[in-house]
Amino acid sequence: MVKKLKINDVIELLKDADVEALEGVTFEGDIELEIEETTGIDSLFAYTLGEETAKIGLYLLNLARSIGYPVDQIARIQAQPPTPSAPKLSKLIESKFTVGTIDEWKTPIEEVTLGATSSDGGTRGHTITLGGERALPYYFDAPMPNRNYVTIDVFDMPISMAKTVKSNYEDVMEDAGEWAKKVVNEFDADMVTIHLISTDPLIKDTPAVEASKTVEEVLQAVDVPIVIGGSGNPAKDPEVLERAAEVAEGERCLIASANLNMDYERIAAAANKYGHVVLAWTQLEINAQKELNRKLMKQCGVDRDRIVVDPTTAALGYGLDYAYTNMERIRLAGLIGDEELNFPMSSGTTNAWGAREAWMVSSPLKEDSDWGPREYRGPIWEIVTGLTLALGGNDLFMMMHPGAVKVLKEITQTLFGSIKTDETNLSNWVAEVLA
Amino acid sequence: MKVNSPLQIYKYLPQTNCGECGEATCMAFASHLLDRSKKVADCPPLLDDKYKKKYLELSELLAPEIREVIAGVGETAVKIGGDDVLYRHQLTFFNPTVLAYDVTDTMSEEELVDRVKRISGFKKFYVGSFLKLNMVAVRSTSNDPERFKRAVKKVSETTTLPLILCSFNPDVLAAGLEVSADKKPILYAATKENWQQVSELALKERTPVVLFSPGDLDELKTLAVSFREMGIEDLILDPGTYPRGEQLKTTFQNFLKIRRAGIKEGQKDIAYPLMATPITAWMVNEDPIRASYWETVLASVFTVRYGDVMIMHSIEPYALIPEVLIRETIYTDPRTPVRVDPGVYEVGNPTKDSPVIVTTNFALTYYTVESDLSSNDIDCYLATVDTDGIGVEASVAGGQLTAAKIKETFDNAGFDFKEKTSHNTVILPGLAARLQGDVEDVTGLNVKIGPPDSGRIPGWMETNWPPK
Repeated sequence: MVKKLKINDVIELLKDADVEALEGVTFEGDIELEIEETTGIDSLFAYTLGEETAKIGLYLLNLARSIGYPVDQIARIQAQPPTPSAPKLSKLIESKFTVGTIDEWKTPIEEVTLGATSSDGGTRGHTITLGGERALPYYFDAPMPNRNYVTIDVFDMPISMAKTVKSNYEDVMEDAGEWAKKVVNEFDADMVTIHLISTDPLIKDTPAVEASKTVEEVLQAVDVPIVIGGSGNPAKDPEVLERAAEVAEGERCLIASANLNMDYERIAAAANKYGHVVLAWTQLEINAQKELNRKLMKQCGVDRDRIVVDPTTAALGYGLDYAYTNMERIRLAGLIGDEELNFPMSSGTTNAWGAREAWMVSSPLKEDSDWGPREYRGPIWEIVTGLTLALGGNDLFMMMHPGAVKVLKEITQTLFGSIKTDETNLSNWVAEVLA
Repeated sequence: MKVNSPLQIYKYLPQTNCGECGEATCMAFASHLLDRSKKVADCPPLLDDKYKKKYLELSELLAPEIREVIAGVGETAVKIGGDDVLYRHQLTFFNPTVLAYDVTDTMSEEELVDRVKRISGFKKFYVGSFLKLNMVAVRSTSNDPERFKRAVKKVSETTTLPLILCSFNPDVLAAGLEVSADKKPILYAATKENWQQVSELALKERTPVVLFSPGDLDELKTLAVSFREMGIEDLILDPGTYPRGEQLKTTFQNFLKIRRAGIKEGQKDIAYPLMATPITAWMVNEDPIRASYWETVLASVFTVRYGDVMIMHSIEPYALIPEVLIRETIYTDPRTPVRVDPGVYEVGNPTKDSPVIVTTNFALTYYTVESDLSSNDIDCYLATVDTDGIGVEASVAGGQLTAAKIKETFDNAGFDFKEKTSHNTVILPGLAARLQGDVEDVTGLNVKIGPPDSGRIPGWMETNWPPK
């Protein structure tokens, strides 16, 4: 079916609608729009009808759509082909750029506060608030209320790590308290994560009671909010984290973590009882994340402002594409109203060091170009891994290398808008760069 | 593109199910057009004159939202832009960000040739192939047309990579074009000052041209509308990449705005590929390591958010390797499977004395291990366990890699250690060491623990194989 429609017909069609903006507009001549069934609108017609007329045409179509005329289904506006002889211009055609905001982003991400000061029954010097976004990170649609934060990993025993990382910690690896002080005082950590890795039955099998003393040491050593991590052993972690939660009562720590393959109810119950926040960890699967969050809220009674999610971080080159897209999907779903997903996110950015490019002396493949010195490869690997996830919506970064922490904080805070510098003049950059 | 179902496409096809496109039916072909895995021209009958109208209409309907611009000629030609979505999970991003590295016309000839060779020779193995760099940007730091011409000539004699000719002086660009027009370089850049002369060059030589308007989107659109009016369609937009501070935040948002206007709002006036210039990091950082790091940071930001072509300076491995990998991260088609089929694969020509190595069916893990083994000429059996496409460390933690799953993999493949091996031994990944006891109990095999990274298998083999 082809239907011919004249602009005046459209106006006639719209005469009962509120068409104030068209007052004073007159049409000279008669512009004919041909409307054909079942194809989409071809906005290329804008060029051929002339820009101003096209704007009015588009405006009319939008009006028609808004009063229920099914233009999307039936309208394809066919125009005469453009004149082949391109004119030479004596001056530029002045244009204004405009773009809209995203209406669908109506649901804010939950704000979750970590740490408690003396006024709230804790001993932390300050608190940190994650989340609260109403748009993707650093977008212009809505200001981002809270910046990104970095928590640096501390372990309750010396562990093997990439040489480039280790050289920063060799003097403190025997003492978690000293280690925590170093990351806060020297490496600008916003928070400290104490990993109770020695509790793993296959490592040292440190009893939960003993491990909890390390948590107390760290709380004494620094006054930033802390994250308490287990060993990752699903059988032992509930007991270890329960005990740690108890000794840190009232400090509003982030308990890492609850996941579907363990007794997450115990973790949630301990967090509720002793006033902490739960890190809900799933493995690169958005539906599992929904399920876990739902269970934490409905089955375990964890309040919405006490959930942070860790959808898993894979390193650059080793699955970061999945990790990034998973986070971006979670964040977009949250913003458009999925209340099982609108929580702040945390990334185990340290996983970047698992990539061989971060730590190996040289490529194991003889065909590769030279990999250069590894002490420069490792930190940038951690930065790019974290930065990519920051752009996908991640709020809190668990990191290890001080140089990487510094650069990640610098770029995320620049995009957040809190870093001011002198202005740069780009007008002759081609000749000026390193000239 | 302006269609969202195969049916809408089908009515433009011959509907004869002739099979010449390689698909059984026209409807199947239509689905491939929709997901952009096939092109209209892949339907030979449609190229016939009697279908010309339908061919043209269909091509128009299927054209990507963001214009696709081609630079260079032959095998190294690059496609820039051509995207249809704002987020990769909505379909996939097309035409990976084109990475260009600079040389200048004030370098000595020796330095210039060496640098060009390093740019065109770079390669990094990743999942079955080598990642490479795409273009050489020749910058005029002399502002001398003759000198620029010599440099451009030398570069194009040294490499087949396409070029970006960079100068704001039209006379310099004209001189560069004289010796490279047949290679279809990109002209960088037209501005509100030089647009008349640069548009003439672009029209005359039919080369793509970058429009540069730092920090001013009205002016950028003004240039784009004007160039289009003059009949120049192969446009690339550079809204300016400010290297730091609030100007960088604005730069980031400008990229978002332009791309949203082009894709979500269908504003054709601004629906062109975007250029980012992380090289400006070198304007504000004295220390070369710090400058290179910041450049890679900017390159990463604009690879994730809509940069289609970029100019960089550092060719240090610690810049290039992350830059090619973040590009791969963002442009890898999310529709391709995450996992390989579970089973027992032969690498090289294994015999009864060859090792049997276990890994997961996460595609990245599998391809990494497989390439480490084959690149080092290690004949072996490689068993991929169905871990739901999760890597070794995470699947051990999450319970997807277990002794029972390992046994099941060998059982389902009909792999009998007694018959296929002389050693009755299986090698587990170092990151799965905690499964050793379980695997011994469940399978009755000897279990050896390999290195945590398969790149170390060759060294590990020297001391651990054959088993004593």
